[in-house]
Amino acid sequence: MPWDEGLVNSLVYDAPDPSEGRIVSYVKAINEALTIGLANDPAVFVMGQGVDDPSAMFGTTRGLQHHFGPDRVFDTPLSEEGMMGVCTGAAMNGMRPVFMHNRPDFVLLAFNQLVTHAAKFHFMDNGQTTVPMVVWAAIGRGWGSGAQHSQAIQGLLLGVPGLKIVMPSTPYDAKGLLLSAILDNNPVCVFEHRWLMKKDGIVPDGFYRVPLGKGTYRRRGRDVTIAGASHAIELGLQAATQLEAEGISADVIDLRTIKPMDEHIILESLEKTGRIVAVDTAWMKGGVCAEIGCLAAEKGFHFLKAPVARVGLPDIPTPAGYTLEQHYYPDAARIAAAARSLLR
Amino acid sequence: MIRDQGPAFLTDRIPDPGPRILARTEHVALTIRYRYTGEGAAGFERYHGSHTPEFLRGLFFSMLRIRRIEEEIERRYHQDQMKTPIHLVIGQEATSVGACAALAQTDLLYSSHRTHGNYLAKGGDLKAMLAEMHCRITGCVGSRGGSMHLIDKRVGMAGTSAIVGGAVPIAVGAGLAAQMKGEDRVTMVFLGDATTEEGVTSESLNFAALKRVPVVFFCENNFYSVQSPLSTRQPARDLHRWAATYQMPSVAVDGVNVLAVHDAAARAVARARSGEGPTFIEAPVYRLRAHGGSGDDTHTGYRHIAEREHWEAFDPVALFEHVLRKKDLLDDQALDGIERQIANEIVEAFEFALNSPNPTKEDLTRHVYAE
Repeated sequence: MPWDEGLVNSLVYDAPDPSEGRIVSYVKAINEALTIGLANDPAVFVMGQGVDDPSAMFGTTRGLQHHFGPDRVFDTPLSEEGMMGVCTGAAMNGMRPVFMHNRPDFVLLAFNQLVTHAAKFHFMDNGQTTVPMVVWAAIGRGWGSGAQHSQAIQGLLLGVPGLKIVMPSTPYDAKGLLLSAILDNNPVCVFEHRWLMKKDGIVPDGFYRVPLGKGTYRRRGRDVTIAGASHAIELGLQAATQLEAEGISADVIDLRTIKPMDEHIILESLEKTGRIVAVDTAWMKGGVCAEIGCLAAEKGFHFLKAPVARVGLPDIPTPAGYTLEQHYYPDAARIAAAARSLLR
Repeated sequence: MIRDQGPAFLTDRIPDPGPRILARTEHVALTIRYRYTGEGAAGFERYHGSHTPEFLRGLFFSMLRIRRIEEEIERRYHQDQMKTPIHLVIGQEATSVGACAALAQTDLLYSSHRTHGNYLAKGGDLKAMLAEMHCRITGCVGSRGGSMHLIDKRVGMAGTSAIVGGAVPIAVGAGLAAQMKGEDRVTMVFLGDATTEEGVTSESLNFAALKRVPVVFFCENNFYSVQSPLSTRQPARDLHRWAATYQMPSVAVDGVNVLAVHDAAARAVARARSGEGPTFIEAPVYRLRAHGGSGDDTHTGYRHIAEREHWEAFDPVALFEHVLRKKDLLDDQALDGIERQIANEIVEAFEFALNSPNPTKEDLTRHVYAE
């Protein structure tokens, strides 16, 4: 959405050192993944509302229809459930659809097909079919997006067997994870975050994959673990920098895929630090924060030196006005405060 | 008992809605709310010339086979060996058999919760079906689906959904895949009258017409969704006329006349195969049993016994038997032979199901995710 471009720009990090490699924007990284996916396999196609329009889904689909033709990259009717079913049926019959949505809020219209059909068919028909499809959406935030244009719905889907859920935080991962999602033989949801999409980063040329289900350390520390994904990791890294100045060092774990979740890396870090702050872009209840917290209690209880802390959204719908919103979204300071409280 | 009855099907089946008509509908509801409007046995005449005796006898065999299988399932259901919901197709055999006879084995069929007739008519294995209904590992989907998910991709029984309307966009997607891959493959999806009320059906018809997807929407209009009559769910309208507004050919056909069903399906399939896009077919037909389970539930009062009896006079199996006998294509001796063959097959299939092993704990975790 054009009106939050300024806000997104204000959060852009310093560009990485070009001597480390090629620097590419987050949007361009996604565009490269889609281009490679389409070029490598005629079964891949890209569809979604406005993927061929001048805004090109934040720029991620720019030029794709020109290169690959309107049969493989096409606009759709405003029929989220129907089109999710069309993707499911096409995927069950040899295609690899990538269904792109401006916002996860719109995916809610298609839950019947996503949750009750796409995620279940491989199981229900005893493995006779596979459903290799990607459902892509960008989580909104700010500038009036409000209750219906900024929902981060990953928590609602965590408990759905048969689905995988990817939440990248860097341009490198956005490309590598999307390529893994396209090549995966299951329905994979890729939830981007709008505020990451103006970020630049080092992105390898050509084809590469970041494996699904594997987290990574973004920063190493001793005293506390900060674990989450997507934009929450941006804030987690800022928090870690603040804490460092106070002599507190943090592990920052980027899960990259939240379903399946890399339990090993969380427990490995927790064993070292004994303290964990679970962070997410969505509501704390019943979501990524809750799942990380439960994992710590269930399998890492003997490592814990302090209670689990969660930093995500309160149990309140997103307000549209910035006057309320400033009290709503967590920031780096809140994550740092949560970490500090565990060390007292 | 077979009665020939006019007027010709399709002619002003539902009058213009209006206060007077609505009042009359209320009155009619006390006895026969939905009347058979086909031509009975006379309606078969125009289709005979083009078919061989073998084809006609084959259709009859398939219909009678489905009927006898359903009756045996119904007879045994109270024994509680089949721990699965059942949705019998007694009274709806002509639609499955007629439509599937127009499909090649490589064509795909998608379906709803009422799957028995579709699965059998498409060539699904009876032993695997009954094993599935007995929750055995030898079931067509290994005890994961039950009677609402009778799937056998080897014969093109490609998928079912127990959510009303769920299979409709999936069938369109299957058709889109065939179109994109340039495959000579038609997809048909069976849906009920209530499915036309689901938003996703409108979405699917729109997209199929837009992209000229090679798909056939086959609507069995049996007038009731569980126990809710069409009149409490939709304004008075012809479902095929509603579908025609999506810019695709849409026809109504006598759902108890297997030859009429086959003819309409064959035209739609040929149209899809030649790249001309989708067709909608509405086939009014009557469910002679309850929505689910065994037996009829008319006595509970949601429909009148006179209505069921009215439709029993147009039982699709008895009707076709009558037609074949009149044409000297079937006699008592031939029928006895067919009945014996079917009875033996059914006994054998139930024995197979009951003697099959149960799945194990290890089977539970298979096929949650694909490799």
